[in-house]
Amino acid sequence: MRLPCPVCGERDLREFTYQGDAVRLERPLPTAGGDAWDSYLHLRDNPAGLTRDLWQHGAGCGAWLVVTRDTVSHAVHSAVLAREARHAD
Amino acid sequence: MRIEGKGQAERSRKVRFQFDGRWMEGVEGETLAAALMANDVRLVARSFKYHRPRGILTAGSEEPNALVTVGSGAARDPNVRATVQEIYDGLVVESQNRWPSLNWDVMSLNSLAAPFLGAGFYYKTFMWPRAFWEKLYEPVIRRAAGLGALSGQSCTERYEKAYAFCDLLVIGAGPTGLMAALVAARAGADVILCDEDSTPGGRLLAERGEVDGLPGPEWAASVVAKLRDLGVRVMTRTTVTGAYDQGTFGALERVAQHRAASGDLPRECFWRIAARRAVLAAGALERPVAFAGNDRPGVMMAGALRAYVNRWGVAPGKDIAIFGNSDDVYRTAEDLIAAGLKVAAVVDSRSGPPPEHPYPVYRGAVVTGTQGGRNGVSGIRIKTAGGEVRVKADTLAMSGGWNPSVHLSCHMNGRPVWRDDIAAFVPREGAVPGMTAVGACNGVFTTRGCLEAGVSAAQVALRDLGLDVGATTVPSAEDVPYQIEPLWNVPGKGRAWLDFQNDVTVKDVVQAAAENFRSVEHMKRYTTQGMATDQGKNSNVAALAVLADTTGRGIPETGTTTFRPPYSPVAIAAMGAGAQGHGFAPQRLTTSHVASVARGAPMIEAGLWYRSSYFPREGERTWRQFCDREVGMVRGAVGICDVSTLGKIDIQGPDAAAFLDLVYANTFSTLKEGRVRYGLMLREDGHVMDDGTTARLGPQHYVMTTTTAAAGAVMQHLEFVHQCLVPQMNLRMISVTEQWAQFAVAGPRARELVNGVLAAPIDDATWPFMACGEVDVAGVRGRLFRISFSGEHAYEIAVPARFGAALFDLLVTRAEAFGGGAYGMEALNVLRIEKGHITHAEIHGRTTAFDIGMGRMIAPGKDCIGKAMAARPGLVGPRRQQMVGLQPLDADKSLTAGAQLFAQGAVVARETNEGYVTSVCHSPFLGHGLGLGFLRDGRARHGEVVRMVDQLRGLEVACRVTDPVRVDPDGGRLRG
Repeated sequence: MRLPCPVCGERDLREFTYQGDAVRLERPLPTAGGDAWDSYLHLRDNPAGLTRDLWQHGAGCGAWLVVTRDTVSHAVHSAVLAREARHAD
Repeated sequence: MRIEGKGQAERSRKVRFQFDGRWMEGVEGETLAAALMANDVRLVARSFKYHRPRGILTAGSEEPNALVTVGSGAARDPNVRATVQEIYDGLVVESQNRWPSLNWDVMSLNSLAAPFLGAGFYYKTFMWPRAFWEKLYEPVIRRAAGLGALSGQSCTERYEKAYAFCDLLVIGAGPTGLMAALVAARAGADVILCDEDSTPGGRLLAERGEVDGLPGPEWAASVVAKLRDLGVRVMTRTTVTGAYDQGTFGALERVAQHRAASGDLPRECFWRIAARRAVLAAGALERPVAFAGNDRPGVMMAGALRAYVNRWGVAPGKDIAIFGNSDDVYRTAEDLIAAGLKVAAVVDSRSGPPPEHPYPVYRGAVVTGTQGGRNGVSGIRIKTAGGEVRVKADTLAMSGGWNPSVHLSCHMNGRPVWRDDIAAFVPREGAVPGMTAVGACNGVFTTRGCLEAGVSAAQVALRDLGLDVGATTVPSAEDVPYQIEPLWNVPGKGRAWLDFQNDVTVKDVVQAAAENFRSVEHMKRYTTQGMATDQGKNSNVAALAVLADTTGRGIPETGTTTFRPPYSPVAIAAMGAGAQGHGFAPQRLTTSHVASVARGAPMIEAGLWYRSSYFPREGERTWRQFCDREVGMVRGAVGICDVSTLGKIDIQGPDAAAFLDLVYANTFSTLKEGRVRYGLMLREDGHVMDDGTTARLGPQHYVMTTTTAAAGAVMQHLEFVHQCLVPQMNLRMISVTEQWAQFAVAGPRARELVNGVLAAPIDDATWPFMACGEVDVAGVRGRLFRISFSGEHAYEIAVPARFGAALFDLLVTRAEAFGGGAYGMEALNVLRIEKGHITHAEIHGRTTAFDIGMGRMIAPGKDCIGKAMAARPGLVGPRRQQMVGLQPLDADKSLTAGAQLFAQGAVVARETNEGYVTSVCHSPFLGHGLGLGFLRDGRARHGEVVRMVDQLRGLEVACRVTDPVRVDPDGGRLRG
């Protein structure tokens, strides 16, 4: 598997660390309540198809990325910097 | 036997090799199979289940029969295909799966019991009594059935792994692949061409046809020369074994197996190739026909026979019959005649008038059986329209048609597509993104057609790559259409073999279907069809055709089993090359490593780091003596310990303070410049992640330390928090763990020692507990932190790593003059347990700040990572197991880490468990054993006696619950 790091270009999977669904970007407010926090930390969809997840290019530039890929075809559609993905929301 | 004047192998160099103890002569570079054939060896192996005598079936990597063991001792390599292994001077080969010898194999008695050993016999015969399976049946079956055996010793051979990148990967160097590579390279693409053979050319090496007016092998050689000139990486003896995501391919290169003295060369190299585009030109494999006795030595594939005759100049016999269902039977006959061999008969299953030929031809006829003994065929039976005919023959070449090698196209879950016109599966278009399957592996079976396919595949790839497609002419070559009528098996008495490697017959497949194992995947598991080292390369399609026939379905409905990587076997040693011994993980060494080893310190692994356990001195014999003395040095004088392995993260920027407030449970924005504060870091789920000290060196400049174990994880976490949660915060951070060498100087005489190496002496007023700053250390700009893990008056001195070794020597020498010296991990651990300091033994991922007595460190006035969840019900309160100190009532007893805690008088059971022990030591300072652990409502139970039960070691110790801090609870030593 290869991921297109927006900073370094396409690199091998071995340079990246996986960190689960990109829902981790949407940190609830401290006062959001137990359900919101439970959902943020523990509840994940298991989609057959498009998914957005977080990867860090630890053996490269260190950037956290939001990768959009397909869990069925394994196609990687895009990888953007997490800091920018968040601003775009 | 060898055929005079035939064969492309260099005849000048003769070599000697050994097969089952017998020395033979061969020609260097030819395959072992060719060399055995030249020496008239027909029986080369025994089959997996029935120990049937078997000969050479094919001339390629699909070979199911001719598996041998090469080499001896730890270097022995089992299940090597004789059709792939090249011979060299001194090669030693042994046959497999026979006892006492290949000719006389006791286990061939299995064959007599064949009626009881059919499909599923494991599951039926050996079911009862149940207890017999593990003790009796399985060991017996394992002994009786099998292929080659591993040496059982650690691998001594060197393997290698490598990475490559290209615009276009061409898989297979037959006419298709050569043409594709040539067109692409001429257009300026960066091309890698892989082929599993020792020489590029594919079928061109085995057939007599011409390309562009040149004999096939010569044309292939001329193209290879052009490719090399164009900078194409032509990788021979390299099998592309798997297609993976985003254009990644695995490939196994046989680097040294064909050489007598390999020198420094690895045996094999496993490549990972990243290709922007790929052309699959893997060719096709000829399939056998199932008829009675088709597994007898001397029965082989017609295409393989042509390869042995035309390429290697050897023949398995003189009197050769040919059986098949396409025009390949005549092609084979003509090649044999051209080589001066006798064609005993051609049996063409297709109906029609027999063409004029100078040899007997039977049309609309089939071979129903073979005669002969252990050493092979002596004759065949033919069923013709006019009745049975018997023909004398010492060899039978068979051809059931060709199966495109679709394997790689299916590695990403693509299923192949059935084509009636060629009675075979072809790859599904687009099954592997970026890869096009063309030529024979796409069902094109003429040379001219393959050359054209190679050109157009290259053109498609070039357009994708954005390169100009130049004009190309396709060379002239044979273009006879492929005409075939399906023929899978010949009905009749006797066992007709489908899978030669696993001894699966037509009857087994029929029986599986009769017992309702009708799905192709079920049939495979029930009969073992298509398993083992060859993965049924030449038998799968015929087996599923028989299944389709039996179940009354078509072949496309029946479908294929799943093709998975690798295409052919890959040694684990090749995939894991370099990962043995020290290669298993990188080693991180401190600047004091050499000096510590020189002082006799044994090293202990801490993550990837190597740290000193202790520093033995003369007159001491046990680790307890070393450790107790080092603890005593720190408590009584001064000790030096390398603490460089702790993670150091430099954090700078206008928002650095706010960022630390977010990632730490406690507050850092209020920390004064020149001061250090202990920090506790939580995970977002409310449990403790790590701890350490963070120093404020300037208004916008902090240096954080982490534990050795969690340094990487903390760095990653901080980057996550910054980039993903608070990207608006203006700060930068970088790991400086390796850039600074840092040493603890601990003990009552620490300041005295430190002042000896600093340019400007310090005192308690200028440098109180938790002070920090820049200092001049013997002329080097360093940093000094007054922090303590041991509980003593202590400092940590940091200098740029290049001065680390020198500073360590200086500090240790000074310490020794004060009656102290260097101390290692054992003493460090005792000191911190005495002081009640936590490590990852305590913050192991399931403990909260509340549990370790730091609940109040979660600052109320601000948000922090983990704060919301740390307040969850159940994560605080008296039901939690809280950290306590433990002391055995009997001073001679010791505690054990991992042991469980129970109330006095309670039954020892899971339900009554109240806690566990995390860290233990013998405290020389207190003179008894000591432990840290977690106990339900522990902080309210100081003074109580509990039972420590270690069921693993059968120990029970009564111990008193105490405060975790056992040395200097009021901090007098620390601040003194």
